[in-house]
Amino acid sequence: MIKLEGLSKIFPGHTIPAVKDLNLEVKEGDVCVLVGPSGCGKTTTMKMINRLYEPTGGKIYIRGEEALKMDPIKLRLDIGYVIQEIGLFPHMTIEENVATVPNEKHWPADQVKQKVDEVMTLVGLDPNVFKSRYPSALSGGQRQRVGVARAMVSDPPIMLMDEPFGAVDPITRARLQNEFLRIQERMGKTIVFVTHDIDEAIKMSDTIAVMREGELIQHATPSDLLSAPADEFVSNLVGRNRSIKRLHLIRINEILEDVNRAKPISEDAQTEEIKKQLDQSDIRTVIVVDRNNKLKGIIGVNDLKRTTGEVAKDYCQDVSDTVTSDATLNDALSVMLELGEGYVAVVNEDDQYEGTITLGDLLNVVKEDN
Amino acid sequence: MDQFISCMGNFFSRAVNGIVLSAQSEDPGIIMRTIDYLSRRSDLILDLMLEHLWLVVFTLVIAIAVSVVVGVIISYYESFAQTVLGICQVLMVIPSMAMLAFMVPIFGIGFTTGVVALVLYSLLPIVRNTYTGIRELDPAIVEAAKGMGMTERRVLLKIKLPLARPVIMAGIRTAAVMMIGIAAIAAYVGAGGLGELIFSGISRGHQPMIIAGAIGVSIIAVAFDYLLYWGEKRFSVEGRTREVTE
Repeated sequence: MIKLEGLSKIFPGHTIPAVKDLNLEVKEGDVCVLVGPSGCGKTTTMKMINRLYEPTGGKIYIRGEEALKMDPIKLRLDIGYVIQEIGLFPHMTIEENVATVPNEKHWPADQVKQKVDEVMTLVGLDPNVFKSRYPSALSGGQRQRVGVARAMVSDPPIMLMDEPFGAVDPITRARLQNEFLRIQERMGKTIVFVTHDIDEAIKMSDTIAVMREGELIQHATPSDLLSAPADEFVSNLVGRNRSIKRLHLIRINEILEDVNRAKPISEDAQTEEIKKQLDQSDIRTVIVVDRNNKLKGIIGVNDLKRTTGEVAKDYCQDVSDTVTSDATLNDALSVMLELGEGYVAVVNEDDQYEGTITLGDLLNVVKEDN
Repeated sequence: MDQFISCMGNFFSRAVNGIVLSAQSEDPGIIMRTIDYLSRRSDLILDLMLEHLWLVVFTLVIAIAVSVVVGVIISYYESFAQTVLGICQVLMVIPSMAMLAFMVPIFGIGFTTGVVALVLYSLLPIVRNTYTGIRELDPAIVEAAKGMGMTERRVLLKIKLPLARPVIMAGIRTAAVMMIGIAAIAAYVGAGGLGELIFSGISRGHQPMIIAGAIGVSIIAVAFDYLLYWGEKRFSVEGRTREVTE
């Protein structure tokens, strides 16, 4: 889909090239993450693909066509672009921002409207609420979503993303990443993604291209990169905690079936039943759900002693944090550490209970891998 | 603004001198005489005020058109920019009397000379603010616009100019207020306006005339500044954002 051949860039007034003889191929539907320390040329490489920077040497092929011979405006209109500081236009409403590319392509007005609504819903922003707002009235996470929506609105087959989730707190970032992966699973776009965060790279990518000082050091799948780093630089970059990093690669729903854990009890269960379940439970806690299988809370051994009551509803304590089943094992681990518990409840998008993951399960996964 | 203040200061000091002189000549009725003059010649004063205003508005429209275009052009050519701004700076520090004197041999006496001189004076604030307003935009915003496939012309019209507008407007306000002051001097070359009242007052030693002219100029200046300020607020993005969030 995208092929870079002997690509290089020397900025005027510099002698050292920012990008040196780079060869890279990104297959259709793949997410290729360019990763490396700042100044390694990853952003420069990305900006050469939509010709914001003109290469000083080499060739770029997009779907077999030579990009350097195409009209740059036409080329850019068909490549979604999300940049580091999001770059929303502060004087335009969210609707006008998202409609930028369709308007440049002169789509009919009603089609633009419909598509804007569609793509805003896709990234989790209610069009009726946010359409008429200005970017200054949005939170950082919401702005990132608008940035992604704006890049996707005309359904470009290729997207370039330069640290799109850089400017938000870690919790929002993990959520945005998961949502993005969910969207990507459905859309199957070809994406070049730039980040300096190796954890993000491992989580988001089909292939990772590690760069240093303008050169491509290794281009491999995340699991190959972790098991066989090309040189010391790469192994330093992925770090010593490779087993932990592996947790980024595995999603909870991949292991949830193999984990055999006691069923949750309904909120109307009697004390006797709760006691029986608690004895069997390896986490000394039982999960309580309501009639719609929605997570209601948990009951620990001490809760039974402390409070008096008859049914599960009366003993049940609130759960402060859960993970969704499409989160990674690393997300599960962070939640466990944060809560100070050896387990975490897994729910789906509608807050329905799906299972429980324990520290022991994570250990088993890491053990199997080694 | 500074020029305007010093300019106004000039008029006022002349007027105050008049008041002091008249006080020394044991003529206590200067204020009464001014009020009397204002009421007697109100039609003339109003006519001159309208003439003054016409001169300023006419000149401002030309000045905005010329200066914004120049400002936009130099925002694309960095090396060119400093030279152009330097020339504008030099034009602005030429004393107004000298500037008008230069103009007379070229354009003769009358309205045109006044307009040309005033346009040259107002170049700097508008050109400079257009230039800096565009240069100091967040580069991420401009890059996003380009990266999404906007042509350079569209980037300028849809992104750069609207975003730089508050800064450009500030430049226009400075230029307008300054112009109102200098336009009074332009009466010397027959451009008309309240300057006529002031100059004939000085040559005839008629203080109420001087004061009447100065008051007229001040009223126009304050009203104009407020009007532009109000317009700027009314159409600014912040104003609109607040409406939406509240």
